[in-house]
Order: sequence, then C-alpha cells, then structure tokens
Amino acid sequence: MGDTPGRGGAQRRRPHNPGRSEKYELRPEGPTGMGSLAYREDLEEEEKNSGFTWEVKANSRAYNNQFKEKGFLCWQRRKYKTNVIHTAKYNVFSFVPLNLYEQFRQVSNLYFLLIIVLQSIPEISTLPWFTLFVPLVCLLVIRATRELVDDIGRHRSDRIINNRPCQILVGRSFQWRKWKHLCVGDVVCLRRDSIVPADLLLLASTEPSSLCYVETADIDGETNLKFRQAPMITHRELTSVRNMASFQGKVVCEEPNSRMHHFVGCLEWTGKKYPLDSGNILLRGCKIRNTDTCYGLVIYAGFDTKIMKNCGTTHLKRTKIDHMMNRLVVLIFLSLIVISAGLTLGFWYKAKELKGKHHYLPTNDMPSVAAESFLIFWGFLILLSVIVPMAMFIIAEFIYLGNSIFINWDVQMYYEPHDTPAKARSTSLNDQLGQVEYIFSDKTGTLTQNIMTFKKCCINGVIYGPDEERKTPHKENPYLWNTFANGKSFFHNAGLLQAVRGNQDAMVREFWRLLAVCHTVMVQDKNSERPDQLVYQAASPDEEALVTAARNFGYVFLARTQDSITVLELGEERKYQVLAMMDFNSVRKRMSVLVRNPEGSIYLYTKGADTVIFERLHVTGEVEWTTEEALASFAEQTLRTLCLAYKEVDEDAYQEWRQRHQEASILLQNRAHALHQVYEEMEQNLQLLGATAIEDRLQDGVPETIQCLKQGNIKVWVLTGDKQETAVNIGFACRLLSEDMLILEEKEIIRILEAYWESNNNLLGGEQCLKNAFLPQVKMAMVINGEFLDQLLLSLRKEPRALVHSVNTDVEEPWQEPGEQRTDFLQARRLSLMWRTLGMPLRSTGLAPQAKTARARESPEVRRERAFVDLASRCQAVICCRATPKQKALIVALVKKYQHVVTLAIGDGANDVNMIKTADIGVGLAGKEGMQAVQNSDFVLAQFCFLQRLLLVHGRWSYLRVCKFLRYFIYKTLASMMVQVWFAFYSGFSAQPLYEGWFLALFNLLYTTLPVLYIGLFEQDVSAERSLELPELYIAGQKDEFFNYGVILQAIAHGMATSLVNFFMTLWICQDSGGPVISGDYQSFAVVVALSSLLSITVEVILIIKYWTVLFVLAIVLSFCFYVVMTALTQNFWSFQMSPKTFSFLYADRNVLSQPPILLVILLNVSLNTLPVLAFRLIHRALKKPRPKEEVEAPSEEIITVEPMPYLRRESRTRRSSYAFSHREGYADLITQGTSLRKTPGVNSDMLADQKIPSDEELSLSIKESPWFSRKMSFLGRKRRQHRGKVSSEDTQPATTMSSSFTADVQSSSYLDNQVSLTRNVAPSTNWKPRSFQENLPIKQERSLSYGQWPYSHPKSLTLTRKRPLSLQEMPPSPRESQLSLSESQPTPLGQLSLESQPAPLEEKKAFWSVSRSSWKIWPFWQKELKSPKEGTAPLPNETHPTLVETTPPSTGESSTDEQPMEVAPLPLEGQLVPSESQVPPDLGGQLPLPHKEQ
Amino acid sequence: MTWSAAARGAHQPDNTAFTQQRLPAWQPLLSAGIALPLFFCAGLAFIGLGLGLYYSSNGITELEYDYTGNPGTGNCSVCAEAGQGRAPPPTCSCAWYFSLPELFQGPVYLYYELTNFYQNNRRYGVSRDDEQLSGLPSALRQPANECAPYQFSAAGLPIAPCGAIANSLFNDSFSLWHQRQPDGPYVEVQLDRTGIAWWTDYHVKFRNPPLVNGSLALAFQGTAPPPNWPRPVYELSSDPNNTGFTNQDFVVWMRTAALPTFRKLYARIRQGNYTAGLPRGAYRVNITYNYPVRSFDGHKRLIFSSISWMGGKNPFLGIAYLVVGSLCILTGFVMLVVYIRYQDQNDEDEDEQ
Repeated sequence: MGDTPGRGGAQRRRPHNPGRSEKYELRPEGPTGMGSLAYREDLEEEEKNSGFTWEVKANSRAYNNQFKEKGFLCWQRRKYKTNVIHTAKYNVFSFVPLNLYEQFRQVSNLYFLLIIVLQSIPEISTLPWFTLFVPLVCLLVIRATRELVDDIGRHRSDRIINNRPCQILVGRSFQWRKWKHLCVGDVVCLRRDSIVPADLLLLASTEPSSLCYVETADIDGETNLKFRQAPMITHRELTSVRNMASFQGKVVCEEPNSRMHHFVGCLEWTGKKYPLDSGNILLRGCKIRNTDTCYGLVIYAGFDTKIMKNCGTTHLKRTKIDHMMNRLVVLIFLSLIVISAGLTLGFWYKAKELKGKHHYLPTNDMPSVAAESFLIFWGFLILLSVIVPMAMFIIAEFIYLGNSIFINWDVQMYYEPHDTPAKARSTSLNDQLGQVEYIFSDKTGTLTQNIMTFKKCCINGVIYGPDEERKTPHKENPYLWNTFANGKSFFHNAGLLQAVRGNQDAMVREFWRLLAVCHTVMVQDKNSERPDQLVYQAASPDEEALVTAARNFGYVFLARTQDSITVLELGEERKYQVLAMMDFNSVRKRMSVLVRNPEGSIYLYTKGADTVIFERLHVTGEVEWTTEEALASFAEQTLRTLCLAYKEVDEDAYQEWRQRHQEASILLQNRAHALHQVYEEMEQNLQLLGATAIEDRLQDGVPETIQCLKQGNIKVWVLTGDKQETAVNIGFACRLLSEDMLILEEKEIIRILEAYWESNNNLLGGEQCLKNAFLPQVKMAMVINGEFLDQLLLSLRKEPRALVHSVNTDVEEPWQEPGEQRTDFLQARRLSLMWRTLGMPLRSTGLAPQAKTARARESPEVRRERAFVDLASRCQAVICCRATPKQKALIVALVKKYQHVVTLAIGDGANDVNMIKTADIGVGLAGKEGMQAVQNSDFVLAQFCFLQRLLLVHGRWSYLRVCKFLRYFIYKTLASMMVQVWFAFYSGFSAQPLYEGWFLALFNLLYTTLPVLYIGLFEQDVSAERSLELPELYIAGQKDEFFNYGVILQAIAHGMATSLVNFFMTLWICQDSGGPVISGDYQSFAVVVALSSLLSITVEVILIIKYWTVLFVLAIVLSFCFYVVMTALTQNFWSFQMSPKTFSFLYADRNVLSQPPILLVILLNVSLNTLPVLAFRLIHRALKKPRPKEEVEAPSEEIITVEPMPYLRRESRTRRSSYAFSHREGYADLITQGTSLRKTPGVNSDMLADQKIPSDEELSLSIKESPWFSRKMSFLGRKRRQHRGKVSSEDTQPATTMSSSFTADVQSSSYLDNQVSLTRNVAPSTNWKPRSFQENLPIKQERSLSYGQWPYSHPKSLTLTRKRPLSLQEMPPSPRESQLSLSESQPTPLGQLSLESQPAPLEEKKAFWSVSRSSWKIWPFWQKELKSPKEGTAPLPNETHPTLVETTPPSTGESSTDEQPMEVAPLPLEGQLVPSESQVPPDLGGQLPLPHKEQ
Repeated sequence: MTWSAAARGAHQPDNTAFTQQRLPAWQPLLSAGIALPLFFCAGLAFIGLGLGLYYSSNGITELEYDYTGNPGTGNCSVCAEAGQGRAPPPTCSCAWYFSLPELFQGPVYLYYELTNFYQNNRRYGVSRDDEQLSGLPSALRQPANECAPYQFSAAGLPIAPCGAIANSLFNDSFSLWHQRQPDGPYVEVQLDRTGIAWWTDYHVKFRNPPLVNGSLALAFQGTAPPPNWPRPVYELSSDPNNTGFTNQDFVVWMRTAALPTFRKLYARIRQGNYTAGLPRGAYRVNITYNYPVRSFDGHKRLIFSSISWMGGKNPFLGIAYLVVGSLCILTGFVMLVVYIRYQDQNDEDEDEQ
C-alpha cells in the first residue's frame, strides 16, 4: 500500500491522537534546497494560501458569485471556477496565431524566419526564395498538424468529462445535469459507483453515521476502500431533500491547493462553527463504493480541485540527445558566422581587386568596400544557412513519432487481460529510453499486483502448502462441501482439509477460528445477484486473504455487529461476543481480539509479526521450533508471514483487565499510550497456533525483468510509501536484495557519510575515498526511509535539529518494542562488520592527497547530498520506504543532479506522479484503475515486465536510430553543403551558390529524406530477441557511445572529406578539359558536384544501414525517382517558360549526363568517397574484433563472478523476519464504536459526536490538539535524545568520534555498540526502558531485568506496568532501581529460577539456551553453526564471537555486580555451547577485551 | 477469462511483420570474402578504365597560343598596348603563325580561353534576364532589376540584352588561314561557327523576340545595345539564323563558366578539306584583338584541340583513375594481411574458449 503520511482519514476518529495528516502539516515540508524541484513554489503556495479566505455558501450561487478576483487590469472575474475543464490549448480562432507564436518561439524556427526575411533583400539574396521557404513551410505545417491532432483529442476528452451526468439540487429536487453545470456551493447527490465530480464536503449519506466509502484508485492507485464521514451536525440535520434545499451552511476554508490529503476548514451554520478536515472531503476523481447515496456540497470545482491542482504544469522533458542537438545547432550556427566572417574577409581583400580591375563586373552603387562586405556577410550567412539542418528537425519529428507508434504497436507489450497496449504518450523521449541508468519503481501495483493470496500455513508445527497440481489433478472443487467457499481460491491441501473436516485437532480448529474472528473485515450487504455469496470488505488485502482462506476451510465469517462476530464453523453457527479489539498499528505489529465464545469462556486471539508474537509466548517447545523453521522457509520464499497465537483468559483476570481498559479508554490525555499499555498486559503468555504465509503476488516476470535490467547495468531503486518490512520482503522477492548482500541501513549510512565527511575534511578526494571504501566484491544494498532521507539531506541545512532528530519517527515511536531493538542489534553487528571491511580503505584514503579543490567550494549540503548519492549509487539496490511523493521526487532529482544520468520512474498511483514528472522518463502503469500516473507519464505500460522490452528493445533501437540518424545527417549536410564554402574561394568570395536553388530546396526534403527516415524508423543492429538475450548491449547507450562529440567530430570530418573530394576532383577535371561542349560551365559543374554529393551520400547510407528490407530498397529507389522526377520538372521547358529565372537550369542534367566522361567523373568521385571509408571500416572492425568481445563479457563477469565475502553470507545473520502486513490503523475503532455498522444504536454515535464537536471558538482540530501535541512532541524529543545518546554518541557524532574511527578504538566502539544493541534486544517486553539508559553501566541491569521478566506470569507484570505510565510522564526512574525492585519482587518460576538467582551452572545451559533462543531470535544462525562445524572458517567465528559474548552475560547478571566484566562468563559457556569452535583462532581473545577496555 | 485467438481485444495491436518490426531483412555483413574481391575487382576495373582514359587523352593533340599580348610575346602585344586604358578599345589585329608537321587529327575544335575572369562572380552571374533572352517582348521593354546597372541605357532605353554578362561579351574574332605550300597563299579555313552552343540553349532557352513585320531590327526597336557593344544585338551576325539572342557566340558566352579559368568553344573545323583534320602546313590565325584582359591580369588563349570519345584532352581523369585503382588494390592487400593476421587470432581465441 502506498502508505503515504498524510492520508489520515481514519485518524480523525480519535481527536486525541494527531493523525498523520496533522503531523504532516507540522512537519517541515520536504527539503527546500533543491531549487530546481519547484518545491519552493509549493511552499510559497502554501504560505500564500494559509489564510481561510475561501468561503462557500451552500445553495446560494448568488452569494458565491459575489466573490471576485482581480483579473487583467481592472477586469474582474469570478473567484470560483466552474466545473468546466479545458485542457485543450487552442480553439478554432486561436489555433493559427497561437500555434505560430508557439512555433516561432523556438530559436531555430526564428532563425530560419530571419534568414528568409533577409533573403527577400535583393542585395544579399544569395539563394532563391524557395530554397528555405519551402522547407520551413513544411516544418510549420507538419508541426501544426500534430498539434492540431493532439488538441482535437484533448477537446474530445474534455467534452466527455465535462458532459458526465450528475444530480444537482435545483430548487427542491435533484435533477440530472452535466458536470460542467456544477458550481461551487451546489449540493450534489451521488449514487453508488459514481465518480465524484468536484471536491465535495460530504453532507450526509445513507450509511450509518453518514459514512461513505470511496475508492481512490484514480487518485493514488490503491484499490482498498477508504471511508469518509460527514460532519455530525449535517448528518443529524440534513435528513431529507427538503432539509438539504434549505441548508445554508457556509464553509470557510483555505484557498485551493495541491495537497491531496490535507484540508482544513470549518462549517459555519446557524451561528456555530464546526471543524472540517480531509476526512469529510470527497475528492474529485474518487469513486463512491458500497454506499447507496451520498450528498455533498461543492467546495472546489474545476481547476480548483485538488486533483487538478496536482496535475500541475508538466514541464517539457527533453532528451540528452535533444540537448546535444540543440547545442550542435548553436555550434553550427556559430561556426557559420565564423565561416561567413572569414569568407567576408576574403571578399574584402578580393573586392579591391575586383572593383578596380575587373571592368566586366557590374559596378554597383555601394559607397565602400566595407558596406559591401557587410552585405556579403549576410549573403554568406544566407547561403550557408542550409547547413543548419532545418530538415533535421522535421525528420527527427517523424522519427520520434514513428518510434512511438512502434511502441504502441508492439504486441509483446500488449496486456491481454486488460486489453491494454503500451502507449508512448510523449513522442520525444524515445531515444532516452536507450540510455536509462536508474529506474525508480513504485512497489504496490507496479512490482506487485496488489493481490494477496493465501499460500501456506503452518499449524502447530506442521506446514501445509498447496498441493502439487500435477500430483492431484483436482477432479472436483474440494470445497464443494462448503457452500460459502470462494471458488477463486487456489489453495488446496487435501491433508489440511481432512484435518479441518475431521475437527479432531484443537489447534487446527483454533487456527481457523482465529482467522475467522480476529480481523477488521466487514461483510458487505448481500449482493443482490448472488445472495449466498458473501462479499468481504477489508481494509487490507492481507486480511481479506486470511479471512477468505478461513471461509474456504469451513470457518465462515458471516457477520459482525459492534460487539459480536458470527462465524459458521463447519456448518455450526457460533456467535462470539467481542469484548475488546486491540487494533493493529505499525509499532505493535499485531492485533488481538478478546472474545467470549458461546460456551462462555474468554479467549484472546492474536495475530502479528513473528518477532512480536514469539516474545509473548507462554512456552517454547518443539512446535515453536518447527514454526520458526517454517517461518524461515516462508521467508526464503519471500512470503509475508503472520504468526497466530491465542490464549484462554480467566474471567477474573478479564474483569480486572476490563476495568483498567475502561479507565484507559476514557483517559483524556495520552490515551493511546495508556491503551497500548493495557493491551500489552493482555497479550502475554500466548499459545502459538501457527503461522500463515501470504504471497504478495508479484506481477508476472518481475524478478526476471529486474535481473535482466541489472545485467544491462540499470540500477533499480524501489521507492515506496509502504512499510519497511513489506518493501524489504518484496525486495527479496524481486531478487533486488539477496541474502549475500550487505544491507546498509540508516545508521550505517550516517556513519559512512560521516566518515566520508570526515575524510573529506573540507578538502576533497572524497569521491575517491568512497570509491575505495567499497571493495568491489561487497554487494551492497541500501534500505532507508523517507524520514531519514529528509533528515539526512536537511540536516545540514537546518542545523541543530538534524542529529537530534530520531531516525525513525513514527507517531508512537517512544514505545518502541523489542523487535525494533533487535533490528538495532543487527544493524550494529553489521556495522561493526562493515567497519572492519571498510576501515582500512577509509583510513588509507582519509589521508589522501588534498588535490582537486574544484569542488571544495561546494556548500556542505551539496557535498552531503553528493556523498549520499555517491554511496547510494554504489549499492546494488536501494529501497526507500515510507517515502512521500515529494520525497520520491526528491530522490529522483538528487540522482539526476549528482549523477547526471538518465532516470526513469515507473509507478501507477497518484503518489508516483511527482516522481514520474521529475524523472527524465516517466512510465505509468495502467492498472485496472487509477489514471493519475498514466496521465502524467510519458509512456504507459500495462505490466512492469514490459519495461524490459521497452528499454532493451525499443529504447535501444530508438537510441541507435536517432544516433545513427543524427550522425548521418551531420555527415550528409556537411558533405553536400560545405562545397559552397570551397566554391567561394573560386568565385571571388561573392557568395555565389554552387547548387541550383531547387536542388538545395529539395535535397533535404526529398532526395535524401527517405533513407534517412528509414534509418530513423527501421534500422536494427540486432534483433529484438538478441537485444533481450544480451542486455549488456544496452550499456553502450548509457555511455553515450553512439552519439557524442567524438562521433560528431568524426561525422564532420567525414563530411568535409566528402565535400572536398567532390568539389576538387570535379574542379581539377573540368579545369583541364575541353570537350565538344564545354563541361566547365557553371551549370554543368553544379550538376556534377550535386550529383556526386547525392550519390556519395546515398552510397554511404547504403553502407551504414545494417538492416536491409524491402522498404529500404524502396526508399533508395524512391529517392532516385524523386531526383529524376523533380529534376525533370524543374528543368523542363514549361517550367522555364513559366519563370525563366526560377527554373534557369534548363535541361542541365540531361545535357550533362549525356556525356560519358562526366559519368566517369561522378563515378570517380563516388568511389573515391566510398572505398577508403569502406576499407577503413573493414580494417577497423577486423582490428577491433577481439575487443568488443571483452567488453561484452566484462560487465557480466563483474556481476556474476563477484564472490560474496564469506562473513557476509547468510549464515552470519539472523533469520530475516518476513513479516509484512498492510493494514492501516483505525478500523478496529470504527468497528467497536459501531460507526460503520447498521445495527448500531444511535447512542454510540451521539456520544461520538459529542466527543467530536469542539467548542465553538476552536477553528480546527489541530488547534484543539495542539497542547497535547506539543506535549507529545516534547516527549518524543526526549525519547529521541535518549535514543540518540546511545546510538550516536559513538557512531553519529561528527568530528570528534569519527576522527578516531581510523584508530583501533573504532573497532572497540563498534563492538561496544554491539553490546549496547544487544541489551536492547534482550530486554523483551518492556517498551521504553531499555531506551532510557545512556551510559554503558546499566547494561547488566537491563539484561537481568529482561531475563527476569520474560517468563513472568502476568499478574506480576501488571504491577510493573502500572508503574510505568507514571514513570513515563514524570521522569524515568533510574533503570537500575526499577530493575532491582523487580527482580526482588518476582517469584521465580520453576525453570528459570536458576537463571535468576544464581550463575548458570553448566548443566543448566540448555535451559538457558532455549530461553535465549526464543527471546533473541538469533538462534537459526547458531543452529547452523552447530550443524555445520566445517563452515567454521576463520571469518565465521570472528563474526559470531560478538554474539556469543553477548549472549552470556545473563548467566552472570543476577549475581554479579555492575562492575563485573562482561567477558568473564562467556568463555566457559561458549566452549561448550559450540564445541566445534574449539579451533577458534586466537585472535578472538585479542578482540574480546576491547569492549572491556573501553569501559 | 479465456481469450481465444479470435476474440481480440479492441486495442490489440496488429501482429504483422511491419508493425512488429520483424520485416524479412538482409543484414549485410561485409566479410573478407566479399570485401577483398570487391576491392581487387574495383581496383582492376579502375586501372583498366584509367589506362583507357589516359591513352585516349594522350591521343588528343592540343595546340595552344597565348595571345594576351604581354610585352615581348608576339605581335599581339602591340594591340594590347594600343587598347590600354581605352574603352571601347580601338580595333586592332594581330596574328598567330604556326605550322603543323603532320596532320592534326580531326575533328578540330577551336577554343578561346580566358583566365582570371570571374564569370562566376555572383553579381556578374545574376546580371542577366532570362525572360528577356527567351524572347518575351515584355521583358525586352522592361529588363529585370538584376541587370542593373546595365538595365537601361543612359538615354533611358531598355538595354537588350541587358546585364553585365551580355555587356562583357567576348568580342575577339579569329580566322584561320592555311598555307598549303611554303610561301604559298594563305587559304582561309572555313570555321563552322554554328553548333557550338548547347542545342537546348540555342533552340529553347534563347529565343529572339517575335519579329515585327518580318524584321528583327524592328522587334528590337526602342532598345539600346549594351554600352560596350559597338552594334546592336540584331546585327551580331549577318546570318539571320545566328543573330539576335540566338547568336551562338552570344549563347556560348551567356552560359557562364564555373571557374575563373574557362574555355569556350569558338568554332569547329569540319568543312571541306578539313574534315579529317588540319593537314600539315603553315597556318596563320588572324586575331581581331578587341577584348581587354590585361587590366585584371587575365590571359587570352587560342586552342586547337581534337577530341575523342571522352571529350577534350584530359590527362587528369585517367591518372586519377589509375591512382584510385592502384590504391584499391593496395588496400585490398592491406586488408588481406589484416584479415589473415587477425582471423588467426580470432580463431585461436575461439579455440581457447
């Protein structure tokens, strides 16, 4: 799910808890430094619009129309736009002038216009008028036609949209009108499945509590339902159409802006004010679902709507080659000026002679040579202007268009199920597709299908996977016995089915019961078509998959009310009373339901992350062990796992708990925290049931595509709004991440960057440092989240805040749980590992020569950004989670800015629009729904895997074609046109054109166009299949190999050579010759040179084309035909008669070509131009032959043969938790408060309403919440500081500590860090405590605490937790105290007694072992160690050692004093635990004392 | 959902070779097997052609005389001196004597050559009115502006033919005299002054204006001759078919040269006894020296030349072909060496693999 912050509809139900939207609002709006990104504009816009100046009165057009806006001069226009949308650029009258204006804004067109104007001055008119005029007119007409076609399309789509019907309240009834008739202030009635026509305030709906479900697929691409709710007051009052008609409320809110998930305003009605937020607003483009009818008040219409504001202006994207082409044209133009000036200089000297002596020349009335030279200069400029390849632009236009059409036509990019072909919306970016180096991909809907399927489960230690299709070709639907079974399920397992139907195994029963009971799914109203089929409405697709699976196995969730759930269990209907629903959130990572079953006993059903559940288990035995193994295997298959657990709850315990729950739930302040604590108490001592594995279905061929793209040296980054777990899971599934990768996370990145910073030390060589820092063998990946990015890149801009800011700022972050700590621990471990890897190079380069001061002047933030991008670009994969659309765009922009590479962004939702627009190429995935991304994209695909073909085939071809075309065009132009320059030397620099005017005019239009067009449209060097087989071929495009300045120079040289040969060979021959008729006359000479040029050029094109088809032959033949025909037309008598001056080359060709020697001259010219080049190419190729082979192999080798360092192997890491659950908070509230359920008595909602309606003075929720919020913030801040204190005191403090990182104590400090994080990890279910210690001393206390606490029965822990809120709000008690009191007061449970009270005797080690196993989750790694002693090569023990050390202190913790050195205990233990490690190298001992010393 | 081949989606692209860019194609790879023979064959062919051209060019005899009249270069220097600085220069005659030891193989063409004469100067080149020359009466009265300053005469009459090209018409004339016996009388050799212009020029491009009352002079009434011309255009020749705009000397002159050094055909010798060429003996060319070229360091030459199938004497073309042909063969050998050398290497590489 694109879980962007700011999408906070649900949170508004709980005013005490600032939803994300509010938080979003308070947060700084993204980095502002990227000036180019237009973020600043956004900010300005926000500031400008911060006041509430937008007033809309319902049912009162007159009132709304009174607001005027200052328009042009004193002309005023209505402030509120109507709902009409015009995206078309032109209308009938404005087309010609506007289009011409647009076209002549292009410099090249203007240049040609200027030349044409100049040409009309007879004094300097060196070329006939039509030579430039005809091509320019062609160019203009072609472009105008294209614009016209586009615009007609836009008109059409506008018309369709504007004419959509909707029901508007007119007078006292709703009448069907069109969208365009809608005005601000109108009341609209919307039916099920209709599209919201404008931004509406939801007034009422037929659903209870005026809820309204919307699907925002068109906006953000998410298909799950979101709910909106009408303000209570309108819900209560506007119950009939009559009431609606008399509704006179006034909405006061902010000016229209582009923030999709943000709205602040208030409703003024009958003298009172009611706050409104984005939860009340239906945005244009949403679809009403599941709601019969709803009513809304139009607040923003037409272009004022959020979605239209968001579309923004698409800035024109230009390709690298385009830029180069333009630069080239400027270059050509400049060189033309220089050449003209040079030739004019020649004229200057010649003129004196000519004027004085050559009496036959016409004298003119020019006063001076200078004036004449000035004119001649312009004359030359006109003469040479044909070298500026105007035709190139026309033909390029055609080529781009053609290649785009080929993309549209590609059957292999056509997705049949949706009937969607690929579509190139932008026709000017094709060549860039062949140069992409970075792909930024969205996750949901792009890499994945957003379909969750129940794939496997593990019940009570037994894994049930889907039956092999082949083995048991299911003759009949195995679920036939179950009328409610959903036929679509593909999960069949006969064994499981039997177990379920047998109903013998209690665990199996509870497993399915849990799935049927513990969820927030709602049953949709009976489908009229199929009454027996239930339709579930789930907030998350995961849940839907689980509940559906349960349903298929006979545990059918039938209905729910506010406090009950009805389940049909194997035919028996049971009604569970819901006592409490403990909602899911990203910190808890679990949800629980407390139910009373029909028999009257109370059960707690919990599902959640493995890390979280396993910490709360009652016992750990064989089942847990096997479940862990199952989880590991699920993780390997990149399935998303959830663990299920339950327990029976005593009535007494429940009653007691209920009271506290009650207390907590009516707390006015800090309620979320209090509730969280209460939930925490209940969710203890669980009994593990099993685990489920859900497959987040990747789109077809995604891993293969990514693999292929990687081979093509394209880096794929995943930027998602989703959670880290989900993103990483998908990362593994797509093979972006692999187990042997070193995954850098935030802290490591900070560290590396600090190091970089340090070694950089305001000098430079930093880049080199980074380069060296990473041994090529280490495959790295980077996983960051958006917040982190903000800080990282903002940190130096907004100084002090930066490093204090916590890395992971979730709303409820202070109550971080052990799971997180475990990650910390992992991070720390890897960090230390990395330091060892990188330490040396860093150290060595830190003292690197301080050369290259070029960049030293860069501002720090620039350098920091550069460092980050450098680092990230060295990673094999980068995953950025929880990124807002803006952050996504920021990343793209960063890479663009610092890497100067071509970037491609692909996504499907509105949250990708920004990134799609920012990237050089934006690709939109046309999903089932959701057109936002598509509408802003340059290319539209139906599937991610088509990207492969788009880039490797079409992109590569396009690039090749365009490059070849350009190269050839430059050659062609110079080869034919430079002759004019040479001729100037022989014509007294009088700017006499050599060629006939018509030849010049038609040369680029007709004679040479078709072959050129053929190159641009059809040329292929290798076939599509081969392109896909050899992705390495793609690298050439990334390196600009086909078109760069070298190639241009080559083309220029080649062209010059050809023109020289053509001119001088002809010249020498003619000079020397006398014939029956003179061949030395001007016309013959012109014809011979022209024909030589034309033929040389054509032969060249024949030689360079690698793909000869019928079309090519046709193109060549047609070109010749054109030449023949046009020559015949322009050189015949009739034309001559018509205008002797215009067609003065009467029969020139015929006369000339009828002479055999002239044919020989042409033949000589052509062969002299062709043969040497051909020979050169052949020899060059023969010599080069061995090299391309190496080049092709080299990169692939690099990719394939990189051997991961042994200690980076998977073994050295703990099992990766593959938990992922896309769920959003808030639904449980919705259910328990009964808002969404029909059977709900009104009481609840009234209470709710009371709660909600704030006092009148308050304008907005945010204000109301502010005191709470600030409190919370300060608390957060405190927590963060503590957190920082630990982490960053060693690793992130700049200068001071990092400078020492190059000495030995760095290593020790990183070890220390290991220890620190270990303790964090060890402390299990306490939420906050481990975080609070700042010094190293309390480590052992913590540890003992954690061990003491782990097995406690809950009454005891209750006493503990009861204290906690106090301590939280006041000051945290010294951890030591609390720990002591705890360990004293605890009755020691049987097994763990020894652990607590005395040092662990060796006999007890097994018990301890199991304890540590289950609580640390690192055992698989150990286990593997044990199993394969032979793997204990040197590096392995090295790595394991810290872990071992860390595990041991508990045994000493209890009895020891704080001062006891840690590593005393571990040694004996270790020896026995891992007997195979007896051959541990001695350097172990050497490393051990390091942390000790540090203390 | 099942999708049979027949049930195509509405947007499904056509699966044709063209739309899928799978057109049957030949991908020419110039391998050694093709390239080497190509080069050798081309080389041989060119050498053959070059030899042919060279020999046929050598077979052509050319007789050239510079009659510019620079001091000490024959009797034309007198005329050159005389014409110095006067415009129009006075009529002056000089002669060129030469003798042929053997038959000058015919057909013989007489050319004149001018050097350092910029007929390709833009101002000069555009200074003509093709409409007028094609006989349009309107253009006769109203010459094109390009003709300025030779558009209207000082008296305001339109100039026909207008423009600088016409004005600077080459007006030297030559007559050839043959002395059969030593000390014998000089017999005039008939110079054929027709058929020296392009057929299309003479027949299509250049037309006289429609006759008025059967008289060309009347047709040109109301026009002035170009300032440098001693007589009007309709008096260029006494031959009614060779006067006016269709005078062949004029037509030849009006076909401007591409380069500052150019030859123009003056006459052909093909009549009477001279069909086979000029027999041996002494010859005299009487030159009417009118055209001043010394002011711009130009030269005037007279050239007798025979022609072959390839036109006039042109050794350069043959030599060029010979050079190119040899280079082709040389390149062929180089390529052969390269191929042998690197082909082996490649093979070895492949073997290693």
